[in-house]
Amino acid sequence: MSQSYDRGLIEDFGRWREFTAGMWAWVFHKFTGWVLIGYLFTHIAVLSTSMQGAETFNSTIQGLESLALVRLLEVGLLAVAVFHILNGIRLLFVDLGVGLESQDKSFYASLVLTGVIVVASVPTFVSGAF
Amino acid sequence: MAQRYSSFSSGSTAWLLQRITAAFLVVVLAFHFFNLHFVTHAYEIEFAGAQARMQNVGYYVTMVLFLLTATFHGVNGVYNALVNQGIDGVQKRVVQVVLGVASLLLVVQGIRVANTLAGF
Ligand code: HEM
Ligand code: HEM
Repeated sequence: MSQSYDRGLIEDFGRWREFTAGMWAWVFHKFTGWVLIGYLFTHIAVLSTSMQGAETFNSTIQGLESLALVRLLEVGLLAVAVFHILNGIRLLFVDLGVGLESQDKSFYASLVLTGVIVVASVPTFVSGAF
Repeated sequence: MAQRYSSFSSGSTAWLLQRITAAFLVVVLAFHFFNLHFVTHAYEIEFAGAQARMQNVGYYVTMVLFLLTATFHGVNGVYNALVNQGIDGVQKRVVQVVLGVASLLLVVQGIRVANTLAGF
């Protein structure tokens, strides 16, 4: 019961080989969170072209969307967002006291569900790009 | 014993606000993706369509709230992660100022964009 366990410093990423599921969840959550806030700045910058008028806005969006690379990045963004949402919901439950003991299972479930949603969305995301 | 990993100190105000904005963001972010990838495909987005959406007051308010909560949640997350890594003193002050200015710019610019799209 009162088994004490020295988790060491998880911030010490050099120990990644010893990470448990809960630590990986935390690392992924950090990574996806930082990508999302980075994207938000880019997103507003792109949308700002609307201030130069409808023409500029339309040609910017169409120009971007016609690039296969952008389409692939969007699939990546979807994966990142879906994982952050699902894992975030999992964390909210953990904070409410539900499911900490099975956090490895709920983390794997988030990963699998993210994979399924992303794969199912690929056709819609890349349609017409290739 | 299972461990709880977090960048936040549990129970703090920052921690609470992070959870509250998260609960709101779950709904709007999922809606946003669905709306702009499945209802309207991303490559079909154009000014006129954005204008039609944004002229709906409910939609406009939702998008501005989305902007505010996402900015807060993202920046608060980054800040707490850095504090959790152990920054303090001058470093901490610099990060506060930089992140504060960045979010302010993001929000102001985001609202200007929202107003342009809505035609205000
Ligand atoms: C690739 C996926 C995405 C597409 C195609 C997209 C597209 C758009 C478009 C066209 C608008 C203008 C409003 C409208 O036309 O209805 C908008 C607004 C907005 N988006 Fe996205 N978006 C995407 C992902 C995201 C993500 C991941 C976030 C959050 C980090 C986000 C945050 C916002 C915010 C806050 C606004 C409101 C902007 C304002 O108030 O000026 N979007 N998005
Ligand atoms: C859509 C629903 C979302 C949920 C449920 C959610 C949930 C959470 C939760 C619970 C945390 C705290 C993790 C901890 O205790 O360490 C967190 C952290 C974070 N979130 Fe979100 N979030 C969401 C959307 C977003 C968005 C749209 C952004 C970006 C604009 C974002 C950026 C971040 C960042 C940067 C962190 C800090 C990560 C770190 O510890 O380094 N999240 N999120």
